[in-house]
Amino acid sequence: MNIHEYQGKEILKSFGVAIQEGIVAETPEKAIDAAQKLKDETGTGWWVVKAQIHAGGRGKGGGVKLAKTLTEVKERASDIIGMNLITHQTGPEGKLVSKVLIAQDVYYPGESETSEYYMSVLLNRETGKNIIMYSTEGGMDIEDVAEKTPHLIHKEEVDPGVGLQGFQARKIAFNLGLSGKAFKEMTKFVSALYKAYVSTDSSMFEINPVLKTSDNKILAVDAKVNLDDNALFRHSNYAAMRDLSEEDPAETEAAKSNLNFVKLDGNVGCMVNGAGLAMATMDIIKLSGGEPANFLDVGGGANAATVEAGLKIILNDQNVKAILINIFGGIVRCDRVANGVVEAYKNIGEIKIPIIVRLQGTNAEGGKKIIDESGLKVFSAITLKEASDLVQQIVN
Amino acid sequence: MSVLVNKDSKVIIQGFTGSEGTFHASQMIEYGTHVVGGVTPGKGGTEHLNLPVFNTVSEAVEKVKADVSVIFVPPAFAADAIMEAADAGIGVVIAITEGIPTNDMVHAKNYIDGKDTILVGPNCPGVITAEESKVGIMPGFIFKKGRVGVVSKSGTLTYEAADQIVKAGLGISTAIGIGGDPIIGTTTKEAVELFMNDDETDAVIMIGEIGGTMEAEAARWVKENGTKPVVGFIAGQTAPKGRRMGHAGAIVGGKDDTAAAKMAIMRECGIHVVESPADLGATMLKALEK
Repeated sequence: MNIHEYQGKEILKSFGVAIQEGIVAETPEKAIDAAQKLKDETGTGWWVVKAQIHAGGRGKGGGVKLAKTLTEVKERASDIIGMNLITHQTGPEGKLVSKVLIAQDVYYPGESETSEYYMSVLLNRETGKNIIMYSTEGGMDIEDVAEKTPHLIHKEEVDPGVGLQGFQARKIAFNLGLSGKAFKEMTKFVSALYKAYVSTDSSMFEINPVLKTSDNKILAVDAKVNLDDNALFRHSNYAAMRDLSEEDPAETEAAKSNLNFVKLDGNVGCMVNGAGLAMATMDIIKLSGGEPANFLDVGGGANAATVEAGLKIILNDQNVKAILINIFGGIVRCDRVANGVVEAYKNIGEIKIPIIVRLQGTNAEGGKKIIDESGLKVFSAITLKEASDLVQQIVN
Repeated sequence: MSVLVNKDSKVIIQGFTGSEGTFHASQMIEYGTHVVGGVTPGKGGTEHLNLPVFNTVSEAVEKVKADVSVIFVPPAFAADAIMEAADAGIGVVIAITEGIPTNDMVHAKNYIDGKDTILVGPNCPGVITAEESKVGIMPGFIFKKGRVGVVSKSGTLTYEAADQIVKAGLGISTAIGIGGDPIIGTTTKEAVELFMNDDETDAVIMIGEIGGTMEAEAARWVKENGTKPVVGFIAGQTAPKGRRMGHAGAIVGGKDDTAAAKMAIMRECGIHVVESPADLGATMLKALEK
């Protein structure tokens, strides 16, 4: 589960990670109050107004602005709240901004130059251990750094038995070229960050940039926090941070019916049991000349109710010109699924687009017979090849 | 010889008395799997499905000589169950449970490293040695005995592959569902290696999906050490970057873990890669004719 920058920073701060302080605001008026409060608390003279959406690249898209006076705070907040922010991660349709974070200015001049670093904590799938990935090249897209200057990216793997050790935190601070107060601050920062990562059951932390201020403090200026959905049952306070407005409404609706749905842009919808077969079915649609409109895994219990819920969600998409239902009956019997399809079809009423039902496995022949004799505009198939040929005929 | 499980395997079910455990234990017994009992903490000393229930895995090892365990324990307690089985000296632990927190699996995997335990899964359909022992949730009747080994991250795609193999006039030696989570026990490479060393297996079907680097690692191993034909497929050629496709591990992170990148490496390493999963059976038939 993704959360907003302000929520991520709240979590980091609760584990002792130093952050760029800020207060979230939903209106320009509240933005002024937030700015005033922040000035009183931190002494900041300027402010940064930051759009809160679940996507990176907000600065380039015009969603992060400096404000030097309270009037400017109000103006910037008015500009950003309600804007449709388009970044390289939002897609061309962009995302509506409903909140801004009023953050303290941490790039103030002082005894030394400010420096930006990159730091993330994530799982190394190859070893099954967490790593801290870091670089002196902060504030940039890390994929670009990995492409152009891979030697500037360092990785520190953590032994799950003993956790992050002091020498590792020191190594990171040394490799970032720090000394004196900033060095000590960085070791504290890294240790607190790793502790937060493990304690929150996160899947990913990305802090870009980590800032060394002109007075040698180390702060998280941004925070991208991704929490492990499978562990949310033990973190109800974090689960409550879910912002449904950031998620696709069709996906939210599907989740209510225990369907695993991902919306895509194609013209052929699909409904499948099992995630691997569902991806494979999308691939078949593409190979047959169509484009998959979605990923939809109905899981182990495909019955009339789940089939109906799935069909309704797919049919809401106006781009969908055909639907392929692909069920491999194991424990699930195909004749029951076929009855489910017929029942769902009748309940929904008129379905104007062709549906291909491919049933294979337990009682597949019986299932095909039910579909064929239903009199509905449903094409039946048993092998994957037949289903693929039917998609091809319909798409062309 | 066969891979991981056979007719002599003495299987226990962890989470025996729960609804999933009960249902699938019955199915396994019906298939002919030698189930010797189960574990449900607190219900030790009772009987379930006419078999003994134990409080701990070590008790099951001691009393009924269990050597394979299959786990149906709910996600919050499943990593603990894996570690308990390893601690008790179970040789093959098969974790079916879906939805285990990744952090728990980091610890479980670290715990079993260096122990004489092979973990399969979690989030997998299990392992079946055709017509001998089914340890998992797959529909047994699809897996007619033969000499093709299957390794797959996906459940229903395993059934699809087995079905095509059988309809092509071949059959299955063992099918290993390795699971779709970011952290799993037995890797694609390890499963392929088991089949290469199995004298009852002549060829291997290797089914992967987007995310991670396991298929590339397996392909490189096959190039160096492979002695039998391998037919491969990667699901998710049309999956968008950064979106999780059902399985917790099925997510394209960069340019190396896309289906196209994996398929290219597999081809370079001499694997018979199919673009369409509909062609698995026919391609295996051709690969074996060569």
